Amino acid sequence: MDLQLMTYLVVGATFALYIVIAIKSKAASTGEFYVAGKGVHPVLNGMATGADWMSAASFISMAGLIAFKGYDASVYLMGWTGGYCLLAMLLAPYLRKYGKFTVPEFIGDRFYSNSARIIAVLCLITASLTYVIGQMKGIGVAFSRFLELPFELGLFVGMAIVFVYAVLGGMKGITYTQIAQYCVLIFAYTVPAVFISLHLTGVPVPQIGLGSAMADGSGVYLLDKLDMVLTDLGFKEYTIQKGSTLNMMLLTMSLMIGTAGLPHVITRFFTVPKIRDARSSAGWALVFIAILYTTAPGVGAMARLNLMNTIQIGPVGSPEGNLKYEDRPSWFKNWEKTGLLKFEDKNGDGRIQYYGNSKEFASKAESFGWKGNEMVKVDRDIMVLANPEIAKLPHWVIALVAAGGIAAALSTAAGLLLAISSAISHDLLKGIFVPGMSEKKELLASRISMACAIGVAGYLGLNPPGFAAQVVALAFGLAASSIFPALMMGIFSKKVGKYGVNCGMLAGLGSTLIYIFWFKGWFFLPGTAMAPDNAAHWLMGISPGSFGAVGALINFTVALTVAQFAPDPPEHIQHLVEDIRVPGALNPPSVH
Amino acid sequence: MDDASKTAYWKANLRLIIGCLVVWFTCSFGLGILLADQLNAIKIGGYKLGFWFAQQGSIYVFLFLIFFYAACMNALDRKFNVHEG
Repeated sequence: MDLQLMTYLVVGATFALYIVIAIKSKAASTGEFYVAGKGVHPVLNGMATGADWMSAASFISMAGLIAFKGYDASVYLMGWTGGYCLLAMLLAPYLRKYGKFTVPEFIGDRFYSNSARIIAVLCLITASLTYVIGQMKGIGVAFSRFLELPFELGLFVGMAIVFVYAVLGGMKGITYTQIAQYCVLIFAYTVPAVFISLHLTGVPVPQIGLGSAMADGSGVYLLDKLDMVLTDLGFKEYTIQKGSTLNMMLLTMSLMIGTAGLPHVITRFFTVPKIRDARSSAGWALVFIAILYTTAPGVGAMARLNLMNTIQIGPVGSPEGNLKYEDRPSWFKNWEKTGLLKFEDKNGDGRIQYYGNSKEFASKAESFGWKGNEMVKVDRDIMVLANPEIAKLPHWVIALVAAGGIAAALSTAAGLLLAISSAISHDLLKGIFVPGMSEKKELLASRISMACAIGVAGYLGLNPPGFAAQVVALAFGLAASSIFPALMMGIFSKKVGKYGVNCGMLAGLGSTLIYIFWFKGWFFLPGTAMAPDNAAHWLMGISPGSFGAVGALINFTVALTVAQFAPDPPEHIQHLVEDIRVPGALNPPSVH
Repeated sequence: MDDASKTAYWKANLRLIIGCLVVWFTCSFGLGILLADQLNAIKIGGYKLGFWFAQQGSIYVFLFLIFFYAACMNALDRKFNVHEG
């Protein structure tokens, strides 16, 4: 069957599935809309959390990031998984015990302060909106590449699908579609990975294949071979550290506490029936995430090796060693059309030279008559998307990858949009501005704010602000420096009250924002950066993306210091803290 | 539940959390980053050990830790008779 038709069928079938689920799980109360009536089985919630968490970036970009950064990309693997330990032990069970609907609601109640609640809402909306832009773009890219439809059309179809199940079903609809989306995306990710691992090493499990010998009978291990191929061409060794250790540690820490502090992830743990389910559900979430995250290093390394071997077909330096441009494979041509892959014949020999910029290799390259690296653009996103084509897999696998990428983007977008809309309808409207609102009105308000959030996200996806690529640092920085410390102190300290938490959040947030803006420009406006964004100018070599951990430390320090001098929180708050620390019913849990 | 057993329950929980987080930190930041160079001298199959901890091992340890913590807490809940139905 024609690839195009096959892709339409597979993607269309998954969409039909999502709509059917949406119709079956319409939300009838605010409890169902915000937290799926607290009736989601912990294993299923783990699966939904996996889809919620793994975005277009995890599905499409991460393996490519690993392919080009090698060992240094480990920060993303550890950072985006280690946060689940913090969630399971430090946050999820206690917040579930508290039993309310949103993260800002807990912060506002625990610190008896509307200003703390508003700061939390602002952080939540900024972090979630910046994230949503990336998902919307991901949907558009998947449509334009695989279905050859205009980017805008893809985006509108994506918005319409999310609209149906998020506005109708709220958290209930989102949960069950996320479970379906997880199945689609994990199948789409692992099938090509298994084929490629089998092809290169003869081992079908990529986690083991990555540590195995090549299947070509040479007995050389795949990773050793990759290190050799790369250093032979003047690239840096794959398996060793290249960046600064301090920056690696801080980036890993920022990603971990940022993960634990992202509201759309935390809210997922409000949907399970019991406190002990919140603990185990974090474990199941990590099981489902780890299936992809432990496969990604294999995909990255193998894709890199495939790419190198496609271009460098013979010994380095011999004239026949490099692929003739006219002999390039069809996937190469397809991706050239998208502009994500670009070749420039600098020395005019009609062959492709792809090599790194190490000093030792530069003189060698010159002696071969090479005039510079001719692969002027190799976008890292190609690594996952072109993988099935590079490995010559059947058409249905390629169609599946398209459906998987769209599923990853849709599921994350829906979770983020729910976090935004419930912050507006539950925290701002019901909580602060219109406290007397009836439940029926609140449910309507939450549907309207969901529809508005989808509209804003769609608009930003169509007209992405120039800084879209930079804002991931912002989302994690905000979550790490403001929300995570506030939640943790709310549970683990009885002394920190409203003065402490407000000063702490402002100090953590302020320092992180200033540090990011200092190097990326004020509000990301081009030309307003105070210093060039590179290691020589960073404070102690700390990159803006790694600063969230420092911001969190500042937040903790300021809040705990202020709490020493401020009056203790009132008695009922101290009781509240004691109450959320113990699962059983001390006082009957607050019922909505 | 009286105040004394509440405090005892919370202390036991904190001890468990600290123990788990020490392992959490050692495997990721310790073995995966700080000691990675030294560990890379040891090889398991084609994996250098430090590289393996950074890209595979730490994730498996995280998984183990969460289920270990959840199991210990279930036992603790039962011991203090605060488990849910």
